[in-house]
Amino acid sequence: MSDLTRDEVAHVAHLARLRLSDEELDRFTGQLAQVLDHANDLRALDLSNVAPTAHPVDLGTVLRRDEVSAGLGRDAVLASAPAAEDGRFAVPRVLGDEP
Amino acid sequence: MNALEIAADVRAGELSAVAAVDDALEAIARRNEELNVFVHVDREGARARAAEIDERVARGEDPGPLAGVPVGLKDNLCQTGVPTTCGSRILAGWRPPYSATAVERLLGAGAIPVGKTNMDEFAMGSSTETSAYGPTRNPVAPDRVPGGSSGGSAAAVAAAMVPVALGSDTGGSIRQPAALCGLVGIKPTYGLVSRYGLVAFASSLDQIGPLARTVAEAATCLEVIAGHDPRDSTSLPEPAPDLRGHLDDGVAGRRVGLIRELVEGADPEVVAATRAAADALSAAGARVIELSIPELRLGLSAYYLIAPAEASSNLARYDGVRYGLRVDADDVTAMNVATRTAGFGAEVKRRIMLGTYALSAGYYDAYYGQALKVRTVMIEAFARAYEQVDTLLGATAPTEAFALGAKVADPMAMYLSDVFTIPTNLSGHAAISVPFGRGATGLPLGVQLLGPARSETRLVSAAAVLEAGREEA
Repeated sequence: MSDLTRDEVAHVAHLARLRLSDEELDRFTGQLAQVLDHANDLRALDLSNVAPTAHPVDLGTVLRRDEVSAGLGRDAVLASAPAAEDGRFAVPRVLGDEP
Repeated sequence: MNALEIAADVRAGELSAVAAVDDALEAIARRNEELNVFVHVDREGARARAAEIDERVARGEDPGPLAGVPVGLKDNLCQTGVPTTCGSRILAGWRPPYSATAVERLLGAGAIPVGKTNMDEFAMGSSTETSAYGPTRNPVAPDRVPGGSSGGSAAAVAAAMVPVALGSDTGGSIRQPAALCGLVGIKPTYGLVSRYGLVAFASSLDQIGPLARTVAEAATCLEVIAGHDPRDSTSLPEPAPDLRGHLDDGVAGRRVGLIRELVEGADPEVVAATRAAADALSAAGARVIELSIPELRLGLSAYYLIAPAEASSNLARYDGVRYGLRVDADDVTAMNVATRTAGFGAEVKRRIMLGTYALSAGYYDAYYGQALKVRTVMIEAFARAYEQVDTLLGATAPTEAFALGAKVADPMAMYLSDVFTIPTNLSGHAAISVPFGRGATGLPLGVQLLGPARSETRLVSAAAVLEAGREEA
Protein backbone atom coordinates (compact mmCIF):
# COMPACT_ATOMS: atom_id res chain seq x y z
CA MET A 1 0.00 0.00 0.00
CA SER A 2 1.04 3.57 -0.61
CA ASP A 3 2.23 5.32 2.56
CA LEU A 4 0.11 8.39 1.79
CA THR A 5 -1.20 9.90 5.03
CA ARG A 6 -4.26 11.99 5.79
CA ASP A 7 -1.98 14.88 6.86
CA GLU A 8 -0.18 14.78 3.51
CA VAL A 9 -3.53 14.93 1.69
CA ALA A 10 -4.49 17.94 3.83
CA HIS A 11 -1.18 19.61 2.95
CA VAL A 12 -1.70 18.96 -0.79
CA ALA A 13 -5.22 20.41 -0.55
CA HIS A 14 -3.70 23.56 0.93
CA LEU A 15 -1.16 23.76 -1.92
CA ALA A 16 -3.98 23.31 -4.46
CA ARG A 17 -6.14 25.99 -2.77
CA LEU A 18 -8.94 23.54 -1.96
CA ARG A 19 -10.76 23.07 1.33
CA LEU A 20 -11.75 19.47 2.04
CA SER A 21 -14.22 18.31 4.66
CA ASP A 22 -13.17 15.57 7.12
CA GLU A 23 -15.21 13.08 5.14
CA GLU A 24 -13.57 14.16 1.85
CA LEU A 25 -10.10 13.93 3.43
CA ASP A 26 -10.76 10.32 4.44
CA ARG A 27 -12.22 9.37 1.07
CA PHE A 28 -9.51 11.10 -1.00
CA THR A 29 -6.72 9.58 1.10
CA GLY A 30 -7.98 6.09 0.24
CA GLN A 31 -8.69 6.85 -3.41
CA LEU A 32 -5.40 8.65 -4.06
CA ALA A 33 -3.48 5.85 -2.35
CA GLN A 34 -5.10 3.39 -4.72
CA VAL A 35 -3.93 5.33 -7.79
CA LEU A 36 -0.45 5.79 -6.32
CA ASP A 37 -0.25 2.03 -5.66
CA HIS A 38 -0.68 1.55 -9.40
CA ALA A 39 2.07 4.10 -9.98
CA ASN A 40 4.43 2.11 -7.78
CA ASP A 41 4.79 -0.32 -10.72
CA LEU A 42 6.59 2.54 -12.45
CA ARG A 43 8.75 3.45 -9.48
CA ALA A 44 10.13 -0.09 -9.44
CA LEU A 45 11.56 0.24 -12.98
CA ASP A 46 15.20 1.18 -13.46
CA LEU A 47 15.00 4.01 -15.97
CA SER A 48 18.14 5.86 -14.94
CA ASN A 49 19.44 5.85 -18.54
CA VAL A 50 16.16 6.94 -20.16
CA ALA A 51 15.52 10.56 -21.11
CA PRO A 52 12.12 11.98 -20.10
CA THR A 53 9.52 12.96 -22.73
CA ALA A 54 7.64 16.08 -21.69
CA HIS A 55 6.09 16.54 -25.11
CA PRO A 56 5.35 14.12 -27.97
CA VAL A 57 6.34 16.45 -30.82
CA ASP A 58 9.71 18.15 -30.80
CA LEU A 59 9.16 21.38 -32.71
CA GLY A 60 11.73 23.42 -30.81
CA THR A 61 10.79 26.88 -29.63
CA VAL A 62 8.28 28.44 -31.99
CA LEU A 63 8.33 32.22 -32.19
CA ARG A 64 5.88 34.37 -34.09
CA ARG A 65 7.08 37.26 -36.21
CA ASP A 66 7.62 40.41 -34.21
CA GLU A 67 4.68 42.26 -35.74
CA VAL A 68 1.87 44.19 -34.09
CA SER A 69 -1.47 42.36 -34.25
CA ALA A 70 -4.85 43.04 -32.71
CA GLY A 71 -5.52 41.54 -29.28
CA LEU A 72 -8.89 40.91 -27.67
CA GLY A 73 -9.14 44.40 -26.22
CA ARG A 74 -9.42 45.31 -22.55
CA ASP A 75 -13.18 45.74 -22.43
CA ALA A 76 -13.88 42.34 -24.04
CA VAL A 77 -11.61 40.65 -21.50
CA LEU A 78 -12.91 42.52 -18.45
CA ALA A 79 -16.50 41.76 -19.49
CA SER A 80 -15.88 38.17 -18.30
CA ALA A 81 -14.43 39.16 -14.93
CA PRO A 82 -16.44 38.60 -11.73
CA ALA A 83 -15.42 42.13 -10.67
CA ALA A 84 -13.63 44.96 -12.49
CA GLU A 85 -12.81 48.53 -11.55
CA ASP A 86 -11.09 51.35 -13.45
CA GLY A 87 -10.11 49.07 -16.32
CA ARG A 88 -8.61 46.44 -14.02
CA PHE A 89 -9.57 43.16 -12.35
CA ALA A 90 -10.83 43.85 -8.84
CA VAL A 91 -10.01 41.43 -5.99
CA PRO A 92 -10.43 41.44 -2.21
CA ARG A 93 -7.50 42.84 -0.21
CA VAL A 94 -4.22 40.97 -0.64
CA LEU A 95 -2.19 42.27 2.33
CA GLY A 96 -2.76 44.01 5.68
CA ASP A 97 -5.85 45.60 7.18
CA GLU A 98 -8.63 47.22 5.25
CA PRO A 99 -8.02 50.93 4.70
CA MET B 1 -29.28 12.79 -43.24
CA ASN B 2 -25.57 12.25 -43.76
CA ALA B 3 -23.35 15.36 -43.53
CA LEU B 4 -21.99 14.88 -47.03
CA GLU B 5 -25.48 14.58 -48.51
CA ILE B 6 -26.60 17.73 -46.69
CA ALA B 7 -23.55 19.67 -47.92
CA ALA B 8 -23.99 18.44 -51.51
CA ASP B 9 -27.68 19.36 -51.55
CA VAL B 10 -27.14 22.75 -49.92
CA ARG B 11 -24.32 23.60 -52.35
CA ALA B 12 -26.54 22.55 -55.26
CA GLY B 13 -29.39 24.73 -54.00
CA GLU B 14 -31.63 21.69 -53.53
CA LEU B 15 -31.83 21.92 -49.75
CA SER B 16 -31.92 25.04 -47.62
CA ALA B 17 -29.48 25.28 -44.75
CA VAL B 18 -32.31 26.71 -42.65
CA ALA B 19 -34.30 23.49 -43.19
CA ALA B 20 -31.26 21.36 -42.28
CA VAL B 21 -30.76 23.35 -39.08
CA ASP B 22 -34.46 23.24 -38.21
CA ASP B 23 -34.37 19.45 -38.57
CA ALA B 24 -31.46 19.33 -36.12
CA LEU B 25 -33.19 21.68 -33.67
CA GLU B 26 -36.35 19.55 -33.81
CA ALA B 27 -34.39 16.36 -33.19
CA ILE B 28 -32.72 18.01 -30.20
CA ALA B 29 -36.06 19.22 -28.84
CA ARG B 30 -37.51 15.70 -29.14
CA ARG B 31 -34.91 13.90 -27.00
CA ASN B 32 -32.72 16.38 -25.15
CA GLU B 33 -34.77 16.30 -21.96
CA GLU B 34 -34.54 12.51 -21.82
CA LEU B 35 -30.86 12.18 -22.82
CA ASN B 36 -29.28 15.47 -21.57
CA VAL B 37 -27.05 15.79 -24.63
CA PHE B 38 -26.83 19.54 -25.23
CA VAL B 39 -26.12 21.86 -22.30
CA HIS B 40 -26.73 24.90 -24.49
CA VAL B 41 -28.62 25.19 -27.79
CA ASP B 42 -27.82 28.27 -29.91
CA ARG B 43 -31.14 28.35 -31.81
CA GLU B 44 -30.99 31.93 -32.99
CA GLY B 45 -27.29 31.96 -33.84
CA ALA B 46 -27.62 28.73 -35.82
CA ARG B 47 -30.72 29.85 -37.74
CA ALA B 48 -29.14 33.24 -38.58
CA ARG B 49 -26.01 31.54 -39.86
CA ALA B 50 -28.08 29.09 -41.90
CA ALA B 51 -29.99 31.95 -43.51
CA GLU B 52 -26.64 33.51 -44.41
CA ILE B 53 -25.50 30.25 -46.04
CA ASP B 54 -28.71 30.11 -48.09
CA GLU B 55 -28.19 33.72 -49.25
CA ARG B 56 -24.64 32.92 -50.31
CA VAL B 57 -25.81 29.91 -52.33
CA ALA B 58 -28.52 32.08 -53.93
CA ARG B 59 -25.79 34.56 -54.94
CA GLY B 60 -23.88 31.74 -56.65
CA GLU B 61 -21.20 31.39 -53.96
CA ASP B 62 -19.92 28.06 -52.61
CA PRO B 63 -20.05 28.10 -48.79
CA GLY B 64 -17.66 25.12 -48.54
CA PRO B 65 -17.44 21.37 -48.03
CA LEU B 66 -19.69 21.38 -44.95
CA ALA B 67 -22.25 23.86 -46.29
CA GLY B 68 -25.34 23.88 -44.08
CA VAL B 69 -24.20 20.91 -41.96
CA PRO B 70 -25.40 21.22 -38.34
CA VAL B 71 -22.59 20.33 -35.93
CA GLY B 72 -22.33 19.82 -32.17
CA LEU B 73 -19.41 21.27 -30.21
CA LYS B 74 -18.10 19.73 -27.01
CA ASP B 75 -18.50 22.32 -24.30
CA ASN B 76 -14.74 22.84 -23.90
CA LEU B 77 -14.51 24.42 -27.37
CA CYS B 78 -14.86 28.19 -27.42
CA GLN B 79 -17.25 29.93 -29.79
CA THR B 80 -17.47 33.71 -29.50
CA GLY B 81 -20.37 34.76 -27.28
CA VAL B 82 -21.72 31.22 -26.80
CA PRO B 83 -21.64 29.88 -23.20
CA THR B 84 -18.75 27.50 -22.53
CA THR B 85 -18.81 25.65 -19.20
CA CYS B 86 -16.54 22.57 -19.60
CA GLY B 87 -19.24 20.76 -17.62
CA SER B 88 -18.18 22.75 -14.54
CA ARG B 89 -19.90 25.10 -12.14
CA ILE B 90 -16.72 27.18 -12.08
CA LEU B 91 -17.35 28.38 -15.66
CA ALA B 92 -21.13 28.71 -15.42
CA GLY B 93 -22.30 31.67 -17.48
CA TRP B 94 -18.91 32.35 -19.10
CA ARG B 95 -19.11 33.52 -22.72
CA PRO B 96 -15.71 33.38 -24.42
CA PRO B 97 -14.61 36.52 -26.30
CA TYR B 98 -13.04 34.42 -29.10
CA SER B 99 -13.54 31.20 -31.07
CA ALA B 100 -11.35 28.11 -31.21
CA THR B 101 -9.45 27.73 -34.49
CA ALA B 102 -11.24 24.41 -35.11
CA VAL B 103 -14.60 26.17 -34.69
CA GLU B 104 -13.55 29.02 -36.99
CA ARG B 105 -12.54 26.49 -39.63
CA LEU B 106 -15.88 24.67 -39.35
CA LEU B 107 -17.65 28.01 -39.82
CA GLY B 108 -15.36 28.80 -42.74
CA ALA B 109 -16.38 25.53 -44.40
CA GLY B 110 -20.07 26.40 -44.10
CA ALA B 111 -20.88 24.23 -41.06
CA ILE B 112 -23.39 25.49 -38.51
CA PRO B 113 -22.74 24.91 -34.80
CA VAL B 114 -26.12 24.32 -33.15
CA GLY B 115 -24.95 24.10 -29.55
CA LYS B 116 -22.61 22.84 -26.89
CA THR B 117 -22.60 19.19 -25.82
CA ASN B 118 -22.32 17.81 -22.31
CA MET B 119 -19.04 16.38 -21.06
CA ASP B 120 -17.29 15.10 -17.98
CA GLU B 121 -16.15 18.11 -15.96
CA PHE B 122 -13.01 19.50 -17.63
CA ALA B 123 -12.98 16.26 -19.68
CA MET B 124 -12.03 14.24 -16.59
CA GLY B 125 -14.06 11.07 -16.83
CA SER B 126 -15.06 8.18 -19.08
CA SER B 127 -18.85 8.28 -18.75
CA THR B 128 -20.06 11.93 -18.88
CA GLU B 129 -21.29 11.45 -15.30
CA THR B 130 -18.92 13.96 -13.67
CA SER B 131 -20.61 16.89 -15.44
CA ALA B 132 -22.03 19.51 -13.08
CA TYR B 133 -25.06 19.54 -15.39
CA GLY B 134 -26.03 15.91 -14.85
CA PRO B 135 -25.16 12.75 -16.79
CA THR B 136 -25.85 12.16 -20.46
CA ARG B 137 -27.65 8.95 -21.40
CA ASN B 138 -26.64 6.65 -24.25
CA PRO B 139 -29.24 7.03 -27.05
CA VAL B 140 -28.74 3.37 -28.02
CA ALA B 141 -29.65 2.23 -24.47
CA PRO B 142 -30.74 5.07 -22.17
CA ASP B 143 -29.94 3.15 -18.95
CA ARG B 144 -26.29 3.08 -20.04
CA VAL B 145 -23.57 5.73 -20.19
CA PRO B 146 -22.51 7.09 -23.58
CA GLY B 147 -18.85 6.91 -22.55
CA GLY B 148 -16.81 10.00 -22.04
CA SER B 149 -15.58 12.50 -21.73
CA SER B 150 -17.04 13.55 -25.12
CA GLY B 151 -20.25 11.66 -24.28
CA GLY B 152 -22.52 14.54 -25.25
CA SER B 153 -20.95 14.81 -28.70
CA ALA B 154 -21.24 11.03 -29.19
CA ALA B 155 -24.87 10.99 -28.01
CA ALA B 156 -25.72 13.96 -30.26
CA VAL B 157 -24.60 11.99 -33.35
CA ALA B 158 -25.99 8.65 -32.14
CA ALA B 159 -29.42 10.25 -31.50
CA ALA B 160 -29.30 11.77 -35.02
CA MET B 161 -29.50 15.30 -33.63
CA VAL B 162 -26.47 16.29 -35.73
CA PRO B 163 -24.49 14.26 -38.31
CA VAL B 164 -21.07 15.25 -36.91
CA ALA B 165 -19.72 16.68 -33.68
CA LEU B 166 -16.35 17.71 -32.35
CA GLY B 167 -14.87 16.21 -29.22
CA SER B 168 -11.48 16.25 -27.53
CA ASP B 169 -9.33 13.25 -26.68
CA THR B 170 -6.79 13.36 -23.84
CA GLY B 171 -6.82 9.66 -22.90
CA GLY B 172 -9.55 8.25 -25.14
CA SER B 173 -12.32 10.81 -24.77
CA ILE B 174 -13.31 10.72 -28.46
CA ARG B 175 -12.64 7.06 -29.26
CA GLN B 176 -14.22 5.45 -26.18
CA PRO B 177 -17.61 7.25 -26.46
CA ALA B 178 -17.54 6.65 -30.24
CA ALA B 179 -17.17 2.92 -29.51
CA LEU B 180 -19.89 2.88 -26.84
CA CYS B 181 -22.35 4.74 -29.10
CA GLY B 182 -21.58 2.87 -32.35
CA LEU B 183 -19.75 5.72 -34.12
CA VAL B 184 -16.49 6.56 -35.85
CA GLY B 185 -14.13 8.75 -33.77
CA ILE B 186 -10.69 10.05 -34.67
CA LYS B 187 -7.89 11.07 -32.28
CA PRO B 188 -5.57 12.91 -34.69
CA THR B 189 -1.79 13.10 -34.43
CA TYR B 190 -0.79 15.53 -31.71
CA GLY B 191 -0.46 18.97 -33.34
CA LEU B 192 -2.55 18.17 -36.44
CA VAL B 193 -5.52 20.18 -35.13
CA SER B 194 -4.86 23.49 -33.39
CA ARG B 195 -5.70 23.53 -29.67
CA TYR B 196 -6.26 27.30 -29.73
CA GLY B 197 -9.60 27.86 -28.03
CA LEU B 198 -9.81 24.36 -26.54
CA VAL B 199 -9.97 24.78 -22.76
CA ALA B 200 -6.82 23.01 -21.54
CA PHE B 201 -6.93 19.78 -19.50
CA ALA B 202 -3.51 18.15 -20.12
CA SER B 203 -1.77 20.20 -22.79
CA SER B 204 0.74 17.59 -23.98
CA LEU B 205 -2.06 15.03 -24.53
CA ASP B 206 -5.17 16.99 -25.64
CA GLN B 207 -6.30 16.81 -29.27
CA ILE B 208 -9.56 17.88 -30.95
CA GLY B 209 -11.20 15.44 -33.36
CA PRO B 210 -14.49 14.47 -35.03
CA LEU B 211 -17.23 11.96 -34.20
CA ALA B 212 -19.56 10.83 -37.00
CA ARG B 213 -21.58 7.87 -38.19
CA THR B 214 -19.29 7.10 -41.15
CA VAL B 215 -15.57 7.22 -41.89
CA ALA B 216 -16.14 9.56 -44.86
CA GLU B 217 -17.98 12.12 -42.71
CA ALA B 218 -15.35 12.01 -39.95
CA ALA B 219 -12.51 12.27 -42.49
CA THR B 220 -14.14 15.26 -44.21
CA CYS B 221 -14.61 17.03 -40.90
CA LEU B 222 -11.00 16.34 -39.85
CA GLU B 223 -9.69 17.70 -43.15
CA VAL B 224 -11.59 20.93 -42.50
CA ILE B 225 -10.27 21.49 -38.96
CA ALA B 226 -6.67 20.24 -39.45
CA GLY B 227 -3.62 22.18 -40.62
CA HIS B 228 -1.10 24.62 -39.23
CA ASP B 229 -2.25 27.44 -36.95
CA PRO B 230 0.23 30.11 -35.81
CA ARG B 231 -1.87 30.62 -32.64
CA ASP B 232 -0.85 27.19 -31.27
CA SER B 233 2.89 26.82 -30.73
CA THR B 234 2.53 23.01 -30.84
CA SER B 235 0.74 23.04 -34.20
CA LEU B 236 2.46 20.92 -36.87
CA PRO B 237 3.90 23.11 -39.65
CA GLU B 238 2.12 21.47 -42.59
CA PRO B 239 -1.35 21.97 -44.12
CA ALA B 240 -4.22 19.49 -43.59
CA PRO B 241 -3.68 16.07 -45.20
CA ASP B 242 -5.87 14.84 -48.08
CA LEU B 243 -8.08 12.23 -46.39
CA ARG B 244 -11.12 12.10 -48.67
CA GLY B 245 -8.85 11.16 -51.58
CA HIS B 246 -7.61 8.07 -49.72
CA LEU B 247 -10.89 6.58 -48.47
CA ASP B 248 -10.89 3.94 -51.20
CA ASP B 249 -7.19 3.00 -51.06
CA GLY B 250 -7.94 -0.34 -49.42
CA VAL B 251 -5.39 -2.33 -47.39
CA ALA B 252 -3.91 -4.68 -49.99
CA GLY B 253 -0.29 -5.38 -49.10
CA ARG B 254 -0.59 -3.48 -45.81
CA ARG B 255 1.02 -5.01 -42.70
CA VAL B 256 -1.22 -4.94 -39.64
CA GLY B 257 -0.29 -5.93 -36.08
CA LEU B 258 -2.98 -7.24 -33.75
CA ILE B 259 -1.69 -6.11 -30.36
CA ARG B 260 -2.11 -8.55 -27.49
CA GLU B 261 -2.00 -5.77 -24.85
CA LEU B 262 -4.86 -3.93 -26.59
CA VAL B 263 -7.33 -6.78 -26.08
CA GLU B 264 -6.16 -8.43 -22.88
CA GLY B 265 -8.64 -8.28 -20.03
CA ALA B 266 -11.46 -7.24 -22.37
CA ASP B 267 -14.89 -8.90 -22.49
CA PRO B 268 -14.90 -12.05 -24.68
CA GLU B 269 -17.22 -10.32 -27.18
CA VAL B 270 -14.70 -7.46 -27.48
CA VAL B 271 -11.86 -9.91 -28.12
CA ALA B 272 -13.98 -11.71 -30.71
CA ALA B 273 -14.91 -8.44 -32.45
CA THR B 274 -11.26 -7.41 -32.66
CA ARG B 275 -10.31 -10.81 -34.12
CA ALA B 276 -13.17 -10.51 -36.62
CA ALA B 277 -11.82 -7.07 -37.62
CA ALA B 278 -8.39 -8.65 -38.17
CA ASP B 279 -10.06 -11.26 -40.42
CA ALA B 280 -11.85 -8.51 -42.38
CA LEU B 281 -8.53 -6.73 -42.98
CA SER B 282 -6.92 -10.04 -44.05
CA ALA B 283 -9.78 -10.74 -46.44
CA ALA B 284 -9.15 -7.32 -47.99
CA GLY B 285 -5.52 -8.22 -48.65
CA ALA B 286 -3.67 -7.05 -45.55
CA ARG B 287 -1.10 -9.27 -43.87
CA VAL B 288 -2.11 -9.48 -40.20
CA ILE B 289 0.32 -10.73 -37.57
CA GLU B 290 -0.03 -10.93 -33.79
CA LEU B 291 2.32 -8.73 -31.83
CA SER B 292 3.06 -8.04 -28.20
CA ILE B 293 4.13 -4.61 -26.93
CA PRO B 294 4.41 -5.25 -23.17
CA GLU B 295 5.42 -1.61 -22.51
CA LEU B 296 1.84 -0.55 -23.28
CA ARG B 297 0.83 -2.02 -19.91
CA LEU B 298 2.67 0.90 -18.26
CA GLY B 299 0.45 3.45 -19.99
CA LEU B 300 -2.39 3.68 -17.49
CA SER B 301 -0.10 4.35 -14.53
CA ALA B 302 1.99 6.90 -16.44
CA TYR B 303 -1.14 8.65 -17.70
CA TYR B 304 -2.66 8.98 -14.23
CA LEU B 305 0.45 10.86 -13.11
CA ILE B 306 1.11 12.98 -16.22
CA ALA B 307 -2.46 14.06 -16.99
CA PRO B 308 -3.30 15.09 -13.39
CA ALA B 309 0.06 16.88 -13.09
CA GLU B 310 -0.65 18.95 -16.18
CA ALA B 311 -4.27 19.45 -15.09
CA SER B 312 -3.28 20.71 -11.63
CA SER B 313 -1.14 23.33 -13.33
CA ASN B 314 -3.69 24.24 -16.05
CA LEU B 315 -6.59 24.50 -13.58
CA ALA B 316 -4.66 26.87 -11.31
CA ARG B 317 -6.11 29.63 -13.52
CA TYR B 318 -9.58 29.17 -12.00
CA ASP B 319 -9.01 31.49 -9.08
CA GLY B 320 -12.08 33.71 -9.17
CA VAL B 321 -10.19 36.68 -10.62
CA ARG B 322 -10.46 36.79 -14.42
CA TYR B 323 -13.55 34.77 -15.40
CA GLY B 324 -16.11 32.34 -14.10
CA LEU B 325 -17.31 31.84 -10.57
CA ARG B 326 -16.21 33.94 -7.60
CA VAL B 327 -17.17 33.15 -4.02
CA ASP B 328 -16.36 36.23 -1.96
CA ALA B 329 -14.23 36.13 1.16
CA ASP B 330 -12.25 38.56 3.32
CA ASP B 331 -8.92 38.34 1.52
CA VAL B 332 -7.74 37.17 -1.85
CA THR B 333 -6.40 33.75 -0.78
CA ALA B 334 -9.59 32.91 1.10
CA MET B 335 -11.53 33.99 -2.03
CA ASN B 336 -9.39 31.66 -4.21
CA VAL B 337 -10.00 28.73 -1.84
CA ALA B 338 -13.73 29.37 -1.46
CA THR B 339 -14.17 29.74 -5.23
CA ARG B 340 -12.28 26.56 -6.14
CA THR B 341 -13.89 24.54 -3.35
CA ALA B 342 -17.39 25.52 -4.50
CA GLY B 343 -16.66 25.48 -8.24
CA PHE B 344 -14.95 22.13 -8.84
CA GLY B 345 -16.61 18.71 -8.54
CA ALA B 346 -15.15 15.66 -6.79
CA GLU B 347 -13.36 14.10 -9.78
CA VAL B 348 -11.66 17.36 -10.72
CA LYS B 349 -10.57 17.89 -7.11
CA ARG B 350 -9.24 14.32 -7.01
CA ARG B 351 -7.11 14.88 -10.10
CA ILE B 352 -5.87 18.29 -9.00
CA MET B 353 -4.82 16.70 -5.70
CA LEU B 354 -3.12 13.78 -7.45
CA GLY B 355 -1.26 16.10 -9.82
CA THR B 356 -0.23 18.50 -7.08
CA TYR B 357 1.11 15.57 -5.07
CA ALA B 358 2.99 14.09 -8.05
CA LEU B 359 4.65 17.48 -8.67
CA SER B 360 5.34 18.35 -5.03
CA ALA B 361 8.80 18.57 -3.46
CA GLY B 362 10.15 15.12 -2.59
CA TYR B 363 7.84 13.23 -4.98
CA TYR B 364 8.51 14.93 -8.32
CA ASP B 365 11.28 12.57 -9.47
CA ALA B 366 9.66 9.44 -8.08
CA TYR B 367 6.27 10.02 -9.71
CA TYR B 368 6.10 12.71 -12.42
CA GLY B 369 9.73 12.39 -13.54
CA GLN B 370 9.48 8.61 -13.71
CA ALA B 371 6.21 8.81 -15.69
CA LEU B 372 7.90 11.06 -18.29
CA LYS B 373 10.62 8.43 -18.71
CA VAL B 374 7.98 5.72 -19.13
CA ARG B 375 6.53 7.88 -21.88
CA THR B 376 9.87 7.63 -23.71
CA VAL B 377 9.92 3.86 -23.19
CA MET B 378 6.45 3.55 -24.72
CA ILE B 379 7.29 5.76 -27.72
CA GLU B 380 10.38 3.62 -28.41
CA ALA B 381 8.32 0.43 -28.11
CA PHE B 382 5.78 1.78 -30.62
CA ALA B 383 8.65 2.70 -32.97
CA ARG B 384 9.96 -0.90 -32.87
CA ALA B 385 6.47 -2.22 -33.68
CA TYR B 386 6.18 0.18 -36.62
CA GLU B 387 9.38 -1.29 -38.07
CA GLN B 388 7.43 -4.55 -38.51
CA VAL B 389 3.95 -3.30 -39.41
CA ASP B 390 2.25 -0.15 -40.78
CA THR B 391 -0.87 -0.20 -38.65
CA LEU B 392 -1.82 -1.60 -35.25
CA LEU B 393 -5.20 -3.07 -34.34
CA GLY B 394 -6.81 -3.42 -30.93
CA ALA B 395 -10.05 -2.95 -29.05
CA THR B 396 -11.15 0.60 -28.24
CA ALA B 397 -12.73 -0.13 -24.83
CA PRO B 398 -12.71 -3.29 -22.71
CA THR B 399 -16.52 -3.47 -22.41
CA GLU B 400 -19.74 -2.37 -24.07
CA ALA B 401 -21.52 0.65 -22.60
CA PHE B 402 -21.93 0.13 -18.84
CA ALA B 403 -24.88 1.08 -16.63
CA LEU B 404 -25.24 4.64 -15.35
CA GLY B 405 -23.75 4.84 -11.88
CA ALA B 406 -21.89 1.53 -12.13
CA LYS B 407 -18.38 2.98 -11.74
CA VAL B 408 -18.98 6.37 -10.12
CA ALA B 409 -17.85 5.32 -6.64
CA ASP B 410 -14.73 3.48 -7.84
CA PRO B 411 -12.35 5.86 -9.67
CA MET B 412 -9.84 3.10 -10.51
CA ALA B 413 -12.53 1.00 -12.25
CA MET B 414 -13.56 4.08 -14.26
CA TYR B 415 -9.93 4.83 -15.20
CA LEU B 416 -9.54 1.27 -16.55
CA SER B 417 -12.10 1.95 -19.31
CA ASP B 418 -9.39 4.03 -21.05
CA VAL B 419 -6.64 1.41 -20.78
CA PHE B 420 -6.56 0.70 -24.55
CA THR B 421 -6.81 4.32 -25.71
CA ILE B 422 -4.28 6.02 -23.41
CA PRO B 423 -1.05 4.78 -25.12
CA THR B 424 -1.84 6.78 -28.29
CA ASN B 425 -2.15 10.02 -26.32
CA LEU B 426 1.15 9.40 -24.54
CA SER B 427 2.92 8.77 -27.87
CA GLY B 428 1.21 11.66 -29.70
CA HIS B 429 0.22 9.25 -32.48
CA ALA B 430 -3.04 8.92 -34.43
CA ALA B 431 -5.89 6.44 -33.90
CA ILE B 432 -9.41 5.88 -35.16
CA SER B 433 -12.23 3.90 -33.56
CA VAL B 434 -14.65 2.14 -35.90
CA PRO B 435 -17.85 0.33 -34.87
CA PHE B 436 -17.36 -3.42 -35.15
CA GLY B 437 -19.28 -6.26 -33.52
CA ARG B 438 -21.75 -6.37 -30.65
CA GLY B 439 -21.40 -6.86 -26.90
CA ALA B 440 -23.10 -9.44 -24.70
CA THR B 441 -26.34 -7.43 -24.53
CA GLY B 442 -26.22 -6.44 -28.20
CA LEU B 443 -24.74 -2.96 -27.74
CA PRO B 444 -22.21 -1.62 -30.26
CA LEU B 445 -18.47 -2.22 -29.82
CA GLY B 446 -15.55 -0.42 -31.40
CA VAL B 447 -12.17 -1.51 -32.67
CA GLN B 448 -9.21 0.78 -32.90
CA LEU B 449 -6.68 1.29 -35.69
CA LEU B 450 -3.45 2.95 -34.58
CA GLY B 451 -0.67 4.45 -36.66
CA PRO B 452 2.42 6.59 -36.13
CA ALA B 453 2.36 10.39 -36.31
CA ARG B 454 0.83 11.71 -39.56
CA SER B 455 -0.65 8.33 -40.56
CA GLU B 456 -4.26 9.57 -40.86
CA THR B 457 -4.51 8.82 -44.60
CA ARG B 458 -3.65 5.15 -43.99
CA LEU B 459 -5.95 4.95 -40.96
CA VAL B 460 -9.02 6.26 -42.79
CA SER B 461 -8.52 3.82 -45.69
CA ALA B 462 -8.19 0.88 -43.28
CA ALA B 463 -11.20 2.14 -41.32
CA ALA B 464 -13.22 2.30 -44.54
CA VAL B 465 -12.38 -1.38 -45.15
CA LEU B 466 -13.68 -2.29 -41.68
CA GLU B 467 -16.79 -0.20 -42.26
CA ALA B 468 -17.51 -2.13 -45.46
CA GLY B 469 -16.64 -5.43 -43.74
CA ARG B 470 -19.08 -4.67 -40.95
CA GLU B 471 -21.89 -4.15 -43.43
CA GLU B 472 -21.15 -7.46 -45.11
CA ALA B 473 -20.77 -9.37 -41.83
